[in-house]
Amino acid sequence: MTDHHSDIDSVSGKSTTGHEWDGIKELNTPLPRWWVITFYLTIVWAIAYWVVYPAWPLIQSNTTGMFGYSSRADVAVELANLEKIRGGKMTALGAASLADIEKDPALLALARAKGKTVFGDNCAPCHGSGAAGAKGYPNLNDDDWLWGGTLDQIMQTIQFGARSGHAKTHEGQMLAFGKDGVLKPEEIVTVANYVRSLSGLSTRNGFDAAKGEKIFAENCVACHGDGGKGNPEMGAPNLTDKIWLYGSDEATLIETISQGRAGVMPAWEGRLDPATIKAMAVYVHSLGGGK
Amino acid sequence: MNKTVNPNELKPVDDNGPLYAARKKVYPQSVSGTFRRIKWGLMAICLGVYYFLPFVRWNRGLGAPSQAVLIDLPNSRFYFFFIELWPQEVYYFTGLLIVAAVALFLMNSVGGRIWCGYLCPQTVWTDLFYAVERLIEGDRRERMKKAKSSDPLKLERVSEIVLKHSIWLMIAWWTGGAWVLYFNDAPTLVKELVTFQGPMIAYIWIGILTASTYLLAGYMREQVCTYMCPWPRIQAALTDEWALNVTYRYDRGEKRTSVKKAAELRALGQQVGDCVDCYQCVAVCPTGIDIRNGPQMECIQCGLCIDACDNVMAKIGRPKRLIGYDNDINIHRRQEGKAPIYRIVRARTIVYSAIIAAVGGFMVYTLATRSLLDVNVLHDRNPVAVKLSDGSIRNAYTVRLLNKSGYDRAIAIDVEGPVNPTMHVVGADSVTPDRPIIVIPRDSTSELRLLVTAPAENNPEKSIPVRVHVMDIGLGVAASATDNFVAP
Repeated sequence: MTDHHSDIDSVSGKSTTGHEWDGIKELNTPLPRWWVITFYLTIVWAIAYWVVYPAWPLIQSNTTGMFGYSSRADVAVELANLEKIRGGKMTALGAASLADIEKDPALLALARAKGKTVFGDNCAPCHGSGAAGAKGYPNLNDDDWLWGGTLDQIMQTIQFGARSGHAKTHEGQMLAFGKDGVLKPEEIVTVANYVRSLSGLSTRNGFDAAKGEKIFAENCVACHGDGGKGNPEMGAPNLTDKIWLYGSDEATLIETISQGRAGVMPAWEGRLDPATIKAMAVYVHSLGGGK
Repeated sequence: MNKTVNPNELKPVDDNGPLYAARKKVYPQSVSGTFRRIKWGLMAICLGVYYFLPFVRWNRGLGAPSQAVLIDLPNSRFYFFFIELWPQEVYYFTGLLIVAAVALFLMNSVGGRIWCGYLCPQTVWTDLFYAVERLIEGDRRERMKKAKSSDPLKLERVSEIVLKHSIWLMIAWWTGGAWVLYFNDAPTLVKELVTFQGPMIAYIWIGILTASTYLLAGYMREQVCTYMCPWPRIQAALTDEWALNVTYRYDRGEKRTSVKKAAELRALGQQVGDCVDCYQCVAVCPTGIDIRNGPQMECIQCGLCIDACDNVMAKIGRPKRLIGYDNDINIHRRQEGKAPIYRIVRARTIVYSAIIAAVGGFMVYTLATRSLLDVNVLHDRNPVAVKLSDGSIRNAYTVRLLNKSGYDRAIAIDVEGPVNPTMHVVGADSVTPDRPIIVIPRDSTSELRLLVTAPAENNPEKSIPVRVHVMDIGLGVAASATDNFVAP
């Protein structure tokens, strides 16, 4: 390589790098000094950063750095601060009784706002973002409640769940009368039509109402009560109203009676703090169906 | 028409020369006269209003701000004496801006750049800063001499410079200080500011406005008008031949001669112009132009050259107003020996006045008749309708009630649409036999959840309109909003 400082391009008067391709020489245009200095400073900065902050992944963990910084610790601090800011209000909410919350406009507004957010995070996957429910997941806006629609009953259901495995959970389920051989297929068809007749729905030709009533009295009344009015103690739905959790057509009813039903509502005690569960109960109650 | 240019006269383009012409610093001379007095008066009014308005009090009752003009950003309220505006009424400012713009057009078509010459903050503060400069450093000639002087700085000169900039900075600081007072209770904020307990944002804004006032009025001055402001360009496009502008009446002024020569020629009975080329009009001009070159974009039409020329005309015994508010039409008419005519009332001034009156009238009317009670209704989207166990249909709405008055209101809610509906408001504990009643505190809004249920036998087949009526049960003031009742 030639000494490029001695090689001056005749047109521009600038020195060249000495590199030549097909007779074309490259002008020597060094990077600006400030740029080079900045570049080296960034390298120094990066090395310092590795030392003081978490940087390099190891097989099981990572280097922690001299400052012992972690973004998770930051989150914990922020959450603690948030709790402190909200402390007064949420404490008041936790201390008030459910009935008092509904009477105090400020507490009611807080509970509804809090409940709505928590509902979106925890309940919406099954019950829907507007609590309108779906097949097998109750609509919480209406006035039909499997386990009771008073504030206390709603709170109890949220706390302990239904068939959740919690010690205080709601028990009771729809038995599989067909699968378990309790009822014969034609008996199931008959009782299914009888159940439809309870809420004024049409029945198939040749349906024997007396036989249906007899089967119902022998097998269903224990939970669903006389006349099929339901029993919130057992989570047995009212069969005389217009609201059907799984559907009211004959095929669905036959499926329900044959296979049984046992939807699960998880217990939220322990996962959500008591004040939050209270807020949620108030929110669900205020959706419109609360008793 | 393009003139043919002799190629030999073309100058070579200097590629290495500056892109922009350097500013020629202006040293306006002091002047006295009618327009100077008008300008002093308007300056006193403008600055007086700006600096002292925040301290004017206005009683709005206990708990409400007592400042006459207040922009309350944290609470989203604007107070102007007896008017209180909420954020959703921001369209009044649109109306105000329309009126302001058209008023500007009207001024322009009547008397040229009245705004620029007399009322624009840039003009007012620059004028004030020039007055300070003149007071400390002397008039035009002295200032020019001091600026040109290459003598080493003496104590006297240094103290002059320091004093001038200190006073400028104090004015600028007071300007920034007055600005922040419009956003907070003035007496309280002043107390906080002087004890260094004011909010940081107030100090930042005072700093910004101190800097901008100092730079714009102390240094940039006429350059703001010439290079930064769009109005000179806009007004040039809006003006017409009847608009009165500060005009050199060249029909009277030309040909220019000296005083002595003019007297000699007049003695011989010859026609001589009144302009004696004394350059007083140029000396007093705050933008450093020569009005005798005709209407120019740089001219802010402050009228000071009229005063300067009038003083000279009085001295040499010629009629005043060689420079005056006039237009080219009249110059030509006088040249033809006809009497000048002034047409203030013409199509555009009538149209502009009509727009101002219409928009202003509409604003006053809407402001005077606006309701201090309002309601918004928003239908629940999920679920849109709920079927209840007895087969009836329920719709839920979010209702927002606005009480803009200075007292609490008890509001009754009523629904019109579905047949025999039942109503329930979540959180309403006072329910008269058939309608819920809510209390809304003064100057606030309240959001409620309204549930409307149509009995099974009256289920609408499809969506039907529903009207929510709200009424102040004490005063009978009512408002309503519409939405739909939806069947699943």
